[in-house]
Formats: sequence, structure tokens, C-alpha cells
Amino acid sequence: MPDNGRKADTITLTIDGREVTVPKGTSLLDAAGGLGIDVPHYCYHPGLSAPAQCRICLVEVEGAPKLQPSCVTMAQDGQVVHTDSPAATRMRKGVLEFYLVNHPLDCPICDMSGECKLQDYVFEEGREHGRGREPKRVFGRDDFGGDVLFYGDRCVMCTRCVRFMEEVARDPRLTVVERGSRAVIDTFFDRGLEGASYAGNIVDICPVGALVSKDFLHKARAWDLDHTPSVCPGCSQGCNIELHTRDNLVQRLKPRENQEVNGHWMCDYGRANYEWMNRADRLKEPAVGRGSGRRAADWQEVLQLLFGRLQGAGGASVRMVGSPHCSNEALAGLAALGGEAGSVEAGVFRSPCAPDEDPLPGFPTLVRRRDLAPNVDGAGILEFDRVGGDDGAGGLEEVAGHDGIILVLGDELRDQHEDFGARASLFVYLGTADSPAARNADFLLPITTFAEEEGSFVNVQGRLQRYWQGLQAPGYARPAWLVLGALAGALRGEGTPASVEEAFQRMVQPHAAFAGLTWDAIGASGTRLEAAHA
Amino acid sequence: MAYPYRHEKETRVLSEGFGDPAARTVAGWRKYGGYEGIARALEIGREATVEDVKRSGLRGRGGAGFPTGLKWSFMPKDTRRPHYLLCNADESEPGTFKDREIIRWTPHQLIEGCLVGSYAIGASHCYIYLRGEFFESTRVMARALEEAYEEGLVGTDIMGSGVDIDITLHVGAGAYICGEETGMMNSLEGRRGEPRIKPPFPAAVGAFGMPTTINNVETLAATPHIARHGGDWYRQWGTEKSPGTKLFCVSGHVNRPGNYEFPLGFPLMELIEDVCGGIRDGNALKAVIPGGSSVPIMSADDCRACTLCYEGVEAAGSLLGCASVIVMDETADIVKQVRRMAHFYSHESCGQCTPCREGTTWATQILRRIEDGRGTEDDLDTLIEISEQMTGTTICVLSDSLAMPIISSIEKFRDDYLALIRRGERMGAA
Repeated sequence: MPDNGRKADTITLTIDGREVTVPKGTSLLDAAGGLGIDVPHYCYHPGLSAPAQCRICLVEVEGAPKLQPSCVTMAQDGQVVHTDSPAATRMRKGVLEFYLVNHPLDCPICDMSGECKLQDYVFEEGREHGRGREPKRVFGRDDFGGDVLFYGDRCVMCTRCVRFMEEVARDPRLTVVERGSRAVIDTFFDRGLEGASYAGNIVDICPVGALVSKDFLHKARAWDLDHTPSVCPGCSQGCNIELHTRDNLVQRLKPRENQEVNGHWMCDYGRANYEWMNRADRLKEPAVGRGSGRRAADWQEVLQLLFGRLQGAGGASVRMVGSPHCSNEALAGLAALGGEAGSVEAGVFRSPCAPDEDPLPGFPTLVRRRDLAPNVDGAGILEFDRVGGDDGAGGLEEVAGHDGIILVLGDELRDQHEDFGARASLFVYLGTADSPAARNADFLLPITTFAEEEGSFVNVQGRLQRYWQGLQAPGYARPAWLVLGALAGALRGEGTPASVEEAFQRMVQPHAAFAGLTWDAIGASGTRLEAAHA
Repeated sequence: MAYPYRHEKETRVLSEGFGDPAARTVAGWRKYGGYEGIARALEIGREATVEDVKRSGLRGRGGAGFPTGLKWSFMPKDTRRPHYLLCNADESEPGTFKDREIIRWTPHQLIEGCLVGSYAIGASHCYIYLRGEFFESTRVMARALEEAYEEGLVGTDIMGSGVDIDITLHVGAGAYICGEETGMMNSLEGRRGEPRIKPPFPAAVGAFGMPTTINNVETLAATPHIARHGGDWYRQWGTEKSPGTKLFCVSGHVNRPGNYEFPLGFPLMELIEDVCGGIRDGNALKAVIPGGSSVPIMSADDCRACTLCYEGVEAAGSLLGCASVIVMDETADIVKQVRRMAHFYSHESCGQCTPCREGTTWATQILRRIEDGRGTEDDLDTLIEISEQMTGTTICVLSDSLAMPIISSIEKFRDDYLALIRRGERMGAA
């Protein structure tokens, strides 16, 4: 191969006067994207086929007689492309005007307002005043079933939704009916999107406010929402998501692209599974004492009392109950604390299971897994054993009657009776909510949910993924890694971990699966644990 | 006078059998030299047949005028994958009625053309995509095809040559856009009739994903004659750039509208005044649309020196298209005609591409407003700008086809528009 600094499978072209080298088979749109040039587009979506029908991504290619659709025109060596030439700009202005001829411009009451591509592009390049004097076309609204509501008048006919259902969900439930300007997206007869388990994605990919979520309808304006990168806690797939929050409440979940895990998508089960993050009946302050003798106390007092009890426990037998909803750092902290407090007889966890898996046929990497918790694999790596049935109940008989130390983290003991832990010498309950079965707990410690803390999960692929804090914790609830790390650290004489990063580092040492990893190296899209998966 | 009208100046090659019901049978068609063309093609071989058609200079009769022999030569030589010939019989261009006549009078002419075409491109299957509204043509074609199968002219081992060519008659559901070649392929496959992006071109990825050639009925009907007599024979008619004869569909304000076959290059005024018996009631000529509704309108002045061949009509400022000559006399309301066309195109737009979907409808609304006397002069600028935005910005050329009559009518008949606008202003309706 000639050493001219360029491999045969790459292409160098010039876009808006800047040279760029891209792999062969890259579209002009993607090549421009690499330079930070956003060529407006509606019908093109990186996860779908490109029909080149919205006609707004046309660019000028020197030597071509007409403007070329940049989404399907492949980059050629030596090509000179102008996305901002007078011809291209004029055409975009024209297409935008065509869109607005019949668009209702109901932005003030449209859920998409603020993140709408039609709004964005018209503000950037559209005409100041429309010339349309004719009455606008009216399609009205249609309930597509499931969580999806269709506002036909706002639709730009990009057909992304039709193509998603056809190509990715492989469940063609949407189609274009009629033709010309009477064309509209519709469902088949009376069969809508009910029961389609990935249909929520069409709301995400709709570039305008034509497809909106019933659940999110009129709940919040897009510009009022804070976006926090996170990991879906719905199942062990660990789809990368964003928490969209306002007023310290999660308003909705949106998928975050990660080609290794979930592509651009997430399932409807995971998407709908967020109300619990906003739960109001939370444990808000620490308490000591069993049953009627229980009293509130501050963290300092509680930790000192608990530290004293643990120090004096000397070799007691310890049984621990973890939860696959807890971070690796919290579970590792629990294991460390159990080990320091006495001799660990068992560490167990329970996880509810769905009867079957639900794959996304067009992106088979993404499957709604059977385990309906995000960190089942992390709990396994940290040597917790799975007990109980598919309903996430049972299996705690030995713990319930244990006469040594019982440490419960994150499991709400829903199926357990009030005499749980009655014979225990020490019963510590760390949870986000109180439980009848925690009546005998000597210490009741409020912890944060995953949405209120930083941490990491290991998904079913053996992928370690971080999540970030999106909500403020209620009351005096603290991250479990901090509470457990403080206690275990005090018993070991190494102090409290100052950050989740330090808690992670303390976990790396004893657990070979995490060997060689640093907190920063995990990054926003996670990293694969080789040993865990081997 | 008996229909179909005839005229002594005509040169009848394709239309020889028109009006003769006997020509609808194999035996009857043989009297016109039928099935001799395919016999000779089978004799001289595939490549020689393509060469003959190339030498004849035959250009596609569907409207674009692309050289047929050249189109055939784009098909891959390797025929291990199935190749298809798709006969475009979805004649739906307003003002066009030549393919219908070929099919209903001489169905075997088309069948033979399909055989020659299929043989030349190495296709073992030909689809005839027939317009859904052509009920009589469908009946005639189906019967003729049945007979051709019975006679061993179509099917396995045609005429004992060892070549297999099947022909399937596929009846459309009546959409103009399915006459666009890639839209037709989608429709044939059972999808929405929406044109596809090119590339890939049909010769590489066509119907059912296989190499496909699409030819118009009239084009294919000419090929047996060329195969029978050779390419040079066909060049005795027409001009250097437009050889051969062509059916002209004349409609509108003439005394004898109809299909007339002439060598290309025939003068337009002679066609109107002599062959068609002149304008009705002795009125004056106002405008002519020479090639179906999708081409620029010509004013009476443009028509004077115009000859009906591809280059001749282009020189006169329009396009020959499929040679559907729509004649309008001085009583014609141009704005209404253009509005009627705009309505047609907006109704027939498939709705994929934004400029076409929104532009054709918007233009129709503006034209209707002008027609109703509620227009302004600014509307004319808007119309021209919309039309320019609809030109060359879409997957197929449907919106370009509307842009042309709009732009040309405003250029050439601006006074007609202004008269309506002024009248509206006077009446205080604007």
C-alpha cells in the first residue's frame, strides 16, 4: 500500500472548505456531522434506512447537476461539497416554507416545543413571514394506542415511525395512508400500538410534536428539564438512558445512544418504570431501637452507636441480604462491613423475573431481560447468592430466624413477617422506605435510590456502567456506599470514602473482576469486564 | 366519418392494424407480418437485435426520449440472476391515448414487442403493467395473451427456439405515479406506489431487486418492426436525432381529434390545420401543450414554426414528451386549465417528498384563489417561486411536471392571470 498517509478504505473530501477523511461508505451527512456541521434532516435517522424523502438535507456537490440528498449520497474522494451555498440555503428555506404551509404552529401547547427540529431549523433559516394565505389542512388527533398520541397536523411525514416499526421492531403496525398532501400516518384498522413493547421509541425519533407520550403529555416544558445520564433500572440489560427531571421529580426516561447495549432504543417497560423514583413515603432520617422503643437520631449518633455494637460483636455469624437494585459500590460496602463485623455465613439477594425475554428484532443486542433489576450480575460478581422465586419473594427463612447479625440493604422484605430478625443479636436495615418486616431492626438507616446517587451497575453482558445523580435525596437519606463505607472503614481503621470513586477503588482491590479499572476509565458508555464475561 | 379517424398523409407503421378487429387474433396479426420480427430476432441473436435497435435510433416513447438500444445495453450480460422486462402500459399522462389504442387494436404487436425486448435483454419474464382503468384493454390483452400462450408464441421454448419468455399481465389500481418507472416497480411488488431513489438504477436493482428494463408500450411495439426490417429501415422516417414514426394524440379544440401516426419532424401547424381539420368553429389558436400536461405550454406564436420531433419542440420552448398534443383555442381559460392540471398533480402526488406533497397542493390553492378573483399580483411571484422550489428537488419529476406549465403559463399568458386579478379587485373581492 502506498504510504501517502491515507488508507485505501478511507476517503478525503472537502465540505464547506474544510477537508475531512472518512471511512468508505460514509454519507455526506455523516461526514459533515464529523466536522460539526449539522445538515438539517428529518427522514434520516442513524438507526433506520434512509428514504431521502424529506428533501431538506440536499447539499451542493460540485459537478453534480442537481442538489444531492446528503443522507444517501456517499462521500467520494476529492468531492467538494457545500452545505451553505446560496442554492442549498435557498432550497432549505423553500422546504421549510413548504412544511409551514400546513403546520399548525401550535408550539405554545406542543410537547415537543424546545426540542423540535422544525422549530430549530425554521428559527435558524426559515422565512420571517410565511406567504401561505390558505386555510390549513386539518387531520386532528388520533390515539395510536399504548402510550402514543398522534397529532396529525404537526406531522412532517418523515415516516421514521413507520420505518421503526417495520425495520427495528419488525412489527409493522403503522403505515402511510392516502397520498399527496392527504397522506397521513395511521394504524391498521382498529389495531393500534397496544401491546407493542418498543413503540415508545417512535415518540423519541419523531422530529416534531406529531407523536407524543400520553404519560408525559403537558407535564413539563422541554427547556425546564434537566438531563442526567443514567442506566435503566428496569432489567439487567442496562440500557443507557437519561433521567429528565424537573422540581426534583423524574418526569420521563429517554434512551441515550450506546451501540454496544441499546443502540438508540429502549423498551416501553423500562420507559414506564420510573414512578417509584418519585415515591414520597421514603425513609428520611435514621432511627435506633426496636419496635415501640424506636427513636429518631442523627447520623453521627447512629453511626457511633452502630459502630460500638459492631466492634463488640466479635466473631458473630453474619447473614446479609443485598439487592440487585443497589450499586456495586453499595454491595461491596455491605460485603466489606459483613466481613469486618464477624464471620459471614451467607450473602443473598432476590430478584423478580419476567416469564420470558423480549428482544428487539431489528437490534438484537437489545433484549428486555428476564431479570427485572439492573445489577443482578454485579451482585453475582460480588459473591451474593441468588435466592427466592421468580416473584422476587421467599428464600429468606434462614435469615429471618438468624440469631447473629443481620444486615439488610435495599431489599424491602415485602413478603416477610413482622417477626423477621426477632432473634437477631443485631439487625441493621438500610433501605429507601420503611417496611413492616423492619420492626425488629436495631438500626433503620435511610439510603438513596440510584437516581439520587452516583454509582455503577454490571449488566447482563458483563458491562460495567456508571450512572449519575439526577435528584436530591429526601431528608437525611445518604448513599449506601457512604454509610457502609464509613462503618467498614472505621472498623478497618481506614476512614470514610470521600467519594464514590474512592468507594469504587476500595471495591477493585478484593474483587478480581474489576482489576485494573479506574472510575474515570469507565466513561459515560461503560466498559466490558473481561474476566466477568469469560 | 368512421372512427378511428385516418388521414392520407399518415405513415402507418404501428397503427396499421387500428380499426381492424381481426388484428386482435394471432392469425389476423400474422397478416400484418406479425411474429416475423421476433422470429428474425431469434435468428440473428440477442446482441444483433440490440445492435439493430441501437442503429434504428429508436427513442423511448414514454416521454423522456431515452435511446432504447442504449437502455437495453445497460442490462448486465450475466443472466444467472433473473432479469425482467417491465412494459409500462400505465398510460395516465393527461391527453395521452396512444398505448391504449395499440393494446386494444393490436395486442399482439405489444406481445411481440415484449418478446423482442425480453429476448434482447435476456429476460425470461416480462410484466405488462396495465393501467387499472383500461377495462377494455385489459380484456383484449388477456385474451390475446392466452392465445399467444396456446400458440406457443409465449412461454417455454417459444416458437421452438429453446428460449423461455413468460408474460404476466398486471393490472394497476389507477395511480398516475405508478407510471413512473420506479413507482411502478414498487407497485408491482405490492408496495405503495412511491418512486425510488436512483441510484441504484433499475438496470442494476429493479423489480424484485433484480436487473430490470422498463419500456413504454409504443417503444416496445416499434421493436418487432425494427427487428423484422433492420435498424436502417426505421431511419427512412424522421430526423437524424428523432428517427422513425410516432403516434400523435391530438385532443382539444380541433375538429378531428384522434391518434395520427407520422414520421417525427412533422410540422405542428399542418397537424392541427390539415390533419385534424383545423380549430373548431374557425376560432383562433391560443395555446398548445405538445407533450402531455407535464411540459411547458406553447403560445400560438411558438407553434408557427414548430416541427414535431424531440429537437424541434425543444427549439420551440417545450418538450415533445409523449406527443400528446392538447390544442386550446381563444375561448380557453388558461388559468383554469393550469389550475385543473395543478389539481391533478396534487391529487396524484405520492406524498413522499416535501416540495411535491406541499408544493403541488399549495399551488393549486393559490391558482384556485386567482381563478375565483381573490388573487394578487404577489401570488404570481409566489407561484413562480414555489414552482422553482419544486424543480429538481424531489425523487421523481412529478412536481417538476407541474412547475413547467405553471411557470410557462405565467410567462406567456400573464395577461390572463392579471385580467382575473384585476376583475377581482374591481369587484372588491380581493
